Amino acid sequence: MYLSLLITPLQWLVDLPSRGADRLSDLFVDRATLIRDNEHLRSEALELHRKSQLMAALLEENRQLRDLLNATERLEADVMAAELIGVNPDPFLHEIILNRGFEDGLYIGQPVIDAGGIMGQVLSLAHYTSRVMLITDARTAVPVEVVRNGFRSIALGKGALGELELSHVPDTADIQEGDMLVTSGLGGRFPRGYPVAVVSEVIRDPGRPFTLVKATPAARLDRSRQLLLVDYRNSGPENRITRERQTPVESVTTEEPVESVDE
Amino acid sequence: MSEQSQGGSLIIFATFLVGLVLSQIPLPGIMIWARPEWVALVLIYWVMVLPHRVGLGSAFMMGVLLDLIRGSVMGLNALSLLIITYLVLLLYKRIRMFPLWQQSMMIMVLVGINQLLFFWMQGITGTSATGLIFLLPSLISAILWPWVYVILHGVRRTFRIE
Repeated sequence: MYLSLLITPLQWLVDLPSRGADRLSDLFVDRATLIRDNEHLRSEALELHRKSQLMAALLEENRQLRDLLNATERLEADVMAAELIGVNPDPFLHEIILNRGFEDGLYIGQPVIDAGGIMGQVLSLAHYTSRVMLITDARTAVPVEVVRNGFRSIALGKGALGELELSHVPDTADIQEGDMLVTSGLGGRFPRGYPVAVVSEVIRDPGRPFTLVKATPAARLDRSRQLLLVDYRNSGPENRITRERQTPVESVTTEEPVESVDE
Repeated sequence: MSEQSQGGSLIIFATFLVGLVLSQIPLPGIMIWARPEWVALVLIYWVMVLPHRVGLGSAFMMGVLLDLIRGSVMGLNALSLLIITYLVLLLYKRIRMFPLWQQSMMIMVLVGINQLLFFWMQGITGTSATGLIFLLPSLISAILWPWVYVILHGVRRTFRIE
């Protein structure tokens, strides 16, 4: 932990030129471009406003429906912005380095997302930096489900940038090219419902025991610089289970003996 | 005299720092496989010309720093750098006499040993390497060696590091 503190200034130093280049291109940007950007952002903001108005109504409706179903509420997670400052030089490890560490309240296993979807999870922490393992790393897997029909699977990293593979998909599974895969929240690491990948290829080969499904990550793994860290500790599944146990356990236990008597 | 050697150490350390920085600069796409082993190159140069000053200790220190940068298991880089430093310490009298192209051949073998050891040990800890593409840096390092040699030689002459 303290040894990594030695490396931190070096990592800042390496990031310095690209930071400087960003600053420089900000300086030399011309008025027309700025106006165009501004217009573009304005229209985008308007569109997002419209969506968020819809969202408020939908949230309320969702809450009521969940009340009707007696389901627990899904919690909003806290997010924190972070910036990429480095990439692991080792080509076999898909890791990036962020400018936040445990001094900023990060924890190991924290999900990292960008504008497109899930990027990866925090692998190790230093004081002011952290190391994030991308979802394409050969050591990682993300529990996913197909948005269209809720089919659950596990997306494995393959060590190749821009490719994931679903494991153990039966030949009869309803999955096709272009299907959106989102996190299923089952592993307890990633919050539910964030985009992970889009199915790019489905190969049903009778010679294989399982269907081979390949997918392209939704996040821009090799380009994003601005990232978000989702704090999933308070809304993780363990907490949800303990909260559920506090109230409805009695009702469940009383129901079971009644059913067995009926049978 | 002692003051001068102190300054010399600083310069040597600075060249190592440059090597460390170069070895973590992000490279685009396929180029990441062709990254030369800068730290190993700088280390081999200093061990070859000043074996009484730069040796196993420096190799271990640089190895640990590289481990931190790469996030590999602590000591993998340190061990592989220690082994090639030991080989250079055995061979430095001979390598010094070689013409540059022949030195490059030696560098290819040495950096190749470094890569093999590192990726084998990393394979034991989980991430296995497929193919032999991880040996590409040794070829690139060998091609770059004459320039590294000339530049570091210039540095050594300018600052009179003995």
